[in-house]
Amino acid sequence: MSVKKISKEQPEKFEFNATNNEIAKKILTNYPEGKQQSAVMPLLYLVQEQNENWIPLAAMKYIAKFLNMPYIKVYEVATFYSMYNLSPVGKNFIQVCTTTPCMIRGAYKIVEACKEKISKNENELSKDKQCSWVEVECLGACVNAPMMQINKDYYEDLDKEKTLKILDQILKGESPKPGSYRGRVNSEPENNRKTLLDVKNA
Amino acid sequence: MLKIKVNNKDIEIEEGLTVLQACEKAGVEIPRFCYHEKLSIAGNCRMCLVEVEKSPKPVASCAMPAAEGMNIKTNTKFVEKARKGVMEFLLANHPLDCPVCDQGGECDLQDQSMFYGVDKSRYKENKRFVPEKYMGPLIKTQMTRCIHCTRCIRFATEIAGVSELGAIGRGENMEITTYLEKSMESELSANVVDLCPVGALTSKPYIFEARPWELKKTETVDVMDAVGSNIRVDTYGWEVKRILPRINEDINEEWISDKTRYACDGLLNQRLDTPFVKYNNKFDKASWKEVFNIIKAKINETDNEKICGFTGDLNNMETLYIFKEFFYKILKSNNLESRSENIYLNPEKRENYLFNSTINGIEESDFIFLVGSNPRYEATLLNARIRKAYLKNKTKIISLNNVGNLTYPYEHLNGMSETIKNIVEDNHEVSNFIKQSKKPIIILGQSVLLSKSGKFIFDSMKHFLKKNNKINDEWNSFNIISENASTVGSLDLGIFKQNSGYNTTLSNLQNHKYDLVFLIGQDSLSFKKKNEFVIYQGSHGDKGAEIADIILPGAAYTEQDGYFTNLEGKLQKAYKASYPPGDAKEDWQIINNLAEFVSNKKLFKNKDELESSLLNYLNLSNNKDLPNESNDTKDLTFSNEKIEIKNLDYYYSNSIARASKTMFECRSEKNKLKSTGTEG
Repeated sequence: MSVKKISKEQPEKFEFNATNNEIAKKILTNYPEGKQQSAVMPLLYLVQEQNENWIPLAAMKYIAKFLNMPYIKVYEVATFYSMYNLSPVGKNFIQVCTTTPCMIRGAYKIVEACKEKISKNENELSKDKQCSWVEVECLGACVNAPMMQINKDYYEDLDKEKTLKILDQILKGESPKPGSYRGRVNSEPENNRKTLLDVKNA
Repeated sequence: MLKIKVNNKDIEIEEGLTVLQACEKAGVEIPRFCYHEKLSIAGNCRMCLVEVEKSPKPVASCAMPAAEGMNIKTNTKFVEKARKGVMEFLLANHPLDCPVCDQGGECDLQDQSMFYGVDKSRYKENKRFVPEKYMGPLIKTQMTRCIHCTRCIRFATEIAGVSELGAIGRGENMEITTYLEKSMESELSANVVDLCPVGALTSKPYIFEARPWELKKTETVDVMDAVGSNIRVDTYGWEVKRILPRINEDINEEWISDKTRYACDGLLNQRLDTPFVKYNNKFDKASWKEVFNIIKAKINETDNEKICGFTGDLNNMETLYIFKEFFYKILKSNNLESRSENIYLNPEKRENYLFNSTINGIEESDFIFLVGSNPRYEATLLNARIRKAYLKNKTKIISLNNVGNLTYPYEHLNGMSETIKNIVEDNHEVSNFIKQSKKPIIILGQSVLLSKSGKFIFDSMKHFLKKNNKINDEWNSFNIISENASTVGSLDLGIFKQNSGYNTTLSNLQNHKYDLVFLIGQDSLSFKKKNEFVIYQGSHGDKGAEIADIILPGAAYTEQDGYFTNLEGKLQKAYKASYPPGDAKEDWQIINNLAEFVSNKKLFKNKDELESSLLNYLNLSNNKDLPNESNDTKDLTFSNEKIEIKNLDYYYSNSIARASKTMFECRSEKNKLKSTGTEG
């Protein structure tokens, strides 16, 4: 589960930066007049992108004022969905899928790697406070299992060794290449095509 | 009309009803937790499941519209099994702490588990625990007991108009709370206690006080404001333990304000329970005979014209009537006044001091104009009705002043009396709104009548409305909000003395023209005492008693039968739920006894005679409206000024509320919110 406990350390103020302000205004135009409050979810996600993957209380107030709705309504949404983090999770937020297909393909090896490299427990910040990991439910990349998500990128076809390597790079501040780590393109079959052999461009 | 079958009985119902309402029409009761007539439909408790023919699954009747030819069954094995299942789930996490729960005895869950509960639980896991939430000084929470019906959330959002309650988290972790556990900022907040079907939200001041079956219940009316909410007073012996709302669709619907509900602990504090006499600036206890002797001597040595009397905010009409008789017949003086401030009054017609459009009428209106009034504090339930009208019809609402959050959106003008002048001279957009509206409502607050331009605004506005045919036999758009329970009653009984509408008795008093002053429950006079001899009769040791030389202990509204007229002019009777403490007596008795002592003749033989005489008087006087009203607006003098809205200390507005600990807590909580700037 994600962190639903409200952090005790809260920043005093939150405001969108210039770019995000533009994006937020554009998001508002997606909704019909008078229904702007529906934008609460994309805006909260935008907050999370700007604020190192978590939503402080000040930001909820800011969004509530931005959309002219009661604080409690924003608070309700933020506490309901598991993709909103309400405590700091670090600049690099690692989500390891442990749902059945990934689990069968060895997802717990990845979890082990995370435990070694980052922190003993889920939702616990690494020593340099830059990174944390969490087990999540299916991220929809079962074909490339096992996999993990770092911020916005998917890292697929992993095993323990490869994961350790990626995590090392991440902890050093580099950004490793996302995608399959067994050289596959997207989710193509392993060892070439096995079906529709008579169709050329299948 | 739709034809449906309920338990094989054919009935006809209007269109647009839900299955649950249809069943109720057929006389079949359906158990429910989340459904409430006055709130929107949530359909999340699933207790109201019924069987509908041709539907493979049971149907949540509260959320299902009734349709032609439906065959509904509520007493089959299928339904019972479904409801038992739901009940088992509800009880899975509900603690078995009924013996220590304040809701015990009036708990929906308790009652319904007697029918649908299974005696054993199959749930072996630990029950969940939810920490207590702070919701202010009125609402005690025990959220482990919550079954998530969301009635409280819907009430706060829809009726009270303050979206402060919400459900955070989801699934098993769902919790009802206010944002960061702030206290709820509404004058209707405690109604969630009545709405809560379990013991999750209970009344904080009433915690562990009594069980419902131990209490004597008296149906009566409220006096905390002029709305006249219908209430039920629950007493244990002498003590008023709590006050609950009673349904009256024309006045308060199902709600009452927090002041109505919780000022009742003020009935126990600061009470005057024996007569007092002031010697050397100290009050000494005395007997009735002693004080009567002093009063008699004082009356005999004072000239008639030097005696005056002021009646108070919470007096019932019997008291007012006998007091007037006492003044006119025995003291032979007419220096009687009920207005504690210099409020403009035009007593030519009864409609000049009433809320003529009626509270129900608010819902029909299409335009509301507030002039110098903050109905949220002056008449909370009336304000709730305006909100209802706004939600129902999107009624346009304009206020002359910016009065802060009224729980509904409104436009405000600049607050100057000149704006009113422009409006009545047809030079303002509001004039057009009024003229175009079919059923406009113009509400004048006491703040306007108190201002210098009071007379001008009152007379010219009324003239304007008459000219545009907005005051006719079908609809009277001219409304006054009275703030106190006995205001309209006093005016009906003619307890005022006026010179072109203004309060002469008060100015005479302030100029020290009287020697003997009678105060009946009057605590809000602003006057510096010099040599006057003041006799105070009332229930509480408040501002009036402080300046008194003699105190006569009277009864509070729960301790005597009596009539009250609410701001619409509806006559309602309050009933005796308790009795006056110690040597205190019912107010009418004191005056009757005093009259007998002074003149050897009782004014009335008994209460019945007083009551019939009072009703007789009202019948005669209410029909004596002067047919020819002066329609002249020429001699009105106009002065441009800013209309200041009286800063009403909501939780401290009368002597009972001032004696109440709970009201004190509410008031300090409110001030705290104000000072930290988190209000609104």
